[in-house]
Amino acid sequence: MPKQGVVPDDLTRPFWEAANEHRLVIQSCVACKHLQHPPAPVCRVCGSDTVEWKEMSGRGTIYNYGVVHDCPIRLLQEDQPFNVAVVMLAEDPGIQMYSHLPGTPVDEVPVGAEVEVTFEATANGQMVPEWRVVGSSEGGEQA
Amino acid sequence: MTENAPASMYRTDEGMGLWEHRGKVAAVGVGHSPTARRWDGRAETCVGAISLIALRRAIEDAGVDPAEIDGLVMDPVTTTGAYWPKGKPVPEEVTSAFNCTDNPLDGIAGLSAEWILKNMPELTGIDFTMYGPGCMSNAICVAAQAVGDGLANTCLVLKSWHNYEGRYYQGGANAGSDLPGTAALHALWGTPACYGTALQFAEYCRKYGKNHDMMAPFIENSRQNGLKFPEGYWASHRPEEITPEDYKAARWIAKPANLFDNDLPIMVSAAYLYTTAERARDMRQKPVYILNHAASNTRPRSLTPTLDEVEADTARTARKIYEGAGITAADLSFENMYDGFAQFHQFHIEGLGYRGMKFGEALDFYQTDISIHGPNPILPSGGNIGCGRSRFWMHTDCIQQIQQRAGERQVTGVKPEVAVSGGPMPLGGRFTVWSATPD
Repeated sequence: MPKQGVVPDDLTRPFWEAANEHRLVIQSCVACKHLQHPPAPVCRVCGSDTVEWKEMSGRGTIYNYGVVHDCPIRLLQEDQPFNVAVVMLAEDPGIQMYSHLPGTPVDEVPVGAEVEVTFEATANGQMVPEWRVVGSSEGGEQA
Repeated sequence: MTENAPASMYRTDEGMGLWEHRGKVAAVGVGHSPTARRWDGRAETCVGAISLIALRRAIEDAGVDPAEIDGLVMDPVTTTGAYWPKGKPVPEEVTSAFNCTDNPLDGIAGLSAEWILKNMPELTGIDFTMYGPGCMSNAICVAAQAVGDGLANTCLVLKSWHNYEGRYYQGGANAGSDLPGTAALHALWGTPACYGTALQFAEYCRKYGKNHDMMAPFIENSRQNGLKFPEGYWASHRPEEITPEDYKAARWIAKPANLFDNDLPIMVSAAYLYTTAERARDMRQKPVYILNHAASNTRPRSLTPTLDEVEADTARTARKIYEGAGITAADLSFENMYDGFAQFHQFHIEGLGYRGMKFGEALDFYQTDISIHGPNPILPSGGNIGCGRSRFWMHTDCIQQIQQRAGERQVTGVKPEVAVSGGPMPLGGRFTVWSATPD
C-alpha cells in the first residue's frame, strides 16, 4: 500500500535512518534500560535524558487489529478496507508497532501469530518497518 | 494573557483524602447555544458569537448580576478537527462585527478569554481568567478548584466548538504527500480517530466473550435520551431514533467500530456558573454541589492503550473519585460518563463499579432496563451519541437532573441525589461528582 512520505525530525531521525538500512531500532534508556516507543527526549520511567537506540530482532506477535473502512489519509483511501494490526515486539511486549500486514487477507488477521519485520518504501523513498505473518496463532485465536 | 491551569489544579493522585472544598462549591447556572452541523459563515453564528449566547444564558439562568462575576475559566481550543485553511482570508464582515484581539481568527477558529471580555462589556468585575484546555470536563475541574481556593467567587465556565465544511480530519497533513517523522509513527497506517477504542473493544469482546451487537441497546437508549435534550443537535435538527437494526446495519469506520459508535462533530457552546455554596443560596436555581473532582494523567506505554491499561486506570480513577467525594458506588443515583466513542462508555462504568458492575459485565447490563425510567439509568443525557459531540451534555444533565429540571429526560426510577460525569477518554479524563446536598 502506498504510504505517505516521511520527513525525519530530530527526535525520530535514528529510527528512520536505521529503517533505510533495514534495521529496526527502538529507543532505550541508558540508566534504567527501559524501552520506549514512540521515542521521547527523556526516559518516561526514570526521567534520564541519556537515551540510546537499540537494535531489535525484528520478531514479534500480533496483539490486536482493526479493519479500516473509512481512512482519513487520502493516499490510502483507494485501498479500503485494509487491516491495521498492532504488533508487540519479542524483546518487550509493551512496545507496539502498527502494520498493514502485507499478505494477510482483510479481516483474517491471526491474533497471537508470530510476525517478522520487513521494510517497504514510502512515497518519498523513506523505508518504513512493516510486518509479515510467519507462524500461526497459538490456540487458533481468531478475532 | 490568560494562562493554562497549573497541574496542581487537578486532583490526579490517589490518597489525597476528601477534597478540601467538598460541598463548598456549587453550579448555579446553565446556558447552551443553538447547535449547527457546520459554520455557515455568518458573524452571528461564529464560535465567538455562540459562546456569547451560552454565557449570557448561564448568567440569566443563575439570576446573577453580570457585574458580580469575577472569574472566567474556559478552553481556548475550539476545533472539532476542522482547521481554518492556510491562506484563506478571514471574512471582514465577521471580524468587523466584534471587538477583535491581535489574532484575526480569534472567535472564528479559536477563542481567547480576552476576546470574550472584549465582547461582553457587562462583565466588569472579572479579575481571574484561566484556561482548562481539553474539554468542559477539564474546565469545570479548574473552575471548581478556583472557586474553592478563593481565586474567584462567582465564576463562568465555557466550552465551545467550531466545525467547518469538509470531512472529518481529512484536510491538512492527511491530504498531503509527506508526514513529519514523529507523527508518521502513528499516522502512516491511516487509522481513523476511533481506531484505538475499536481495538480495546475488540480485545474486550475476545476476553469476555461479548460481541458488537450487544452495544445496540446502549446506542438506542442514548439516542432516545438525546432526543429528549432540546438543546442537542439531533433533537434540534434531525429527530431520528437509532433502532438496534439500524445500528447493526451501519457501515464500519474501523471494524469493530461502526458509524453509530462515533459521534457527530458539531458547532455548539455551553457555559455554567459556579460559585461558593454560601453565595449559591441566594441564586435563582437550586445549587448543585460539587463533592469532588478527579483526574487521570495516565499515558499508555506505547502507541495505543491496551485493555489492561484501560481497566487498571478506570479502577484507579474510580478510587480517586470516591475517595475525594467521600462516597461509594452505592451512593450514585445515576452516571453520565463520556461516550464519544460509544465503545469506551463501558470501560468508565465498569471502573466505577456502577450498580456493582465488574469488568466484562457492562454489555450484559445493557441488555436490561437502562432507561431513565428504570432503577439503573445509563447516560440519561444521551451523551455525544444522543446529542452530537460537545463533551458537555453529561455535565449539564447531572446539574439539571439534580435540580429536577431535566424535563422529558428527568429520571423517574431513582431519586437524583448524587451523580458522576466526566471524560473524555478512560486514560487522561477529568471527572466531577455532583450532589443535591453539600454533605
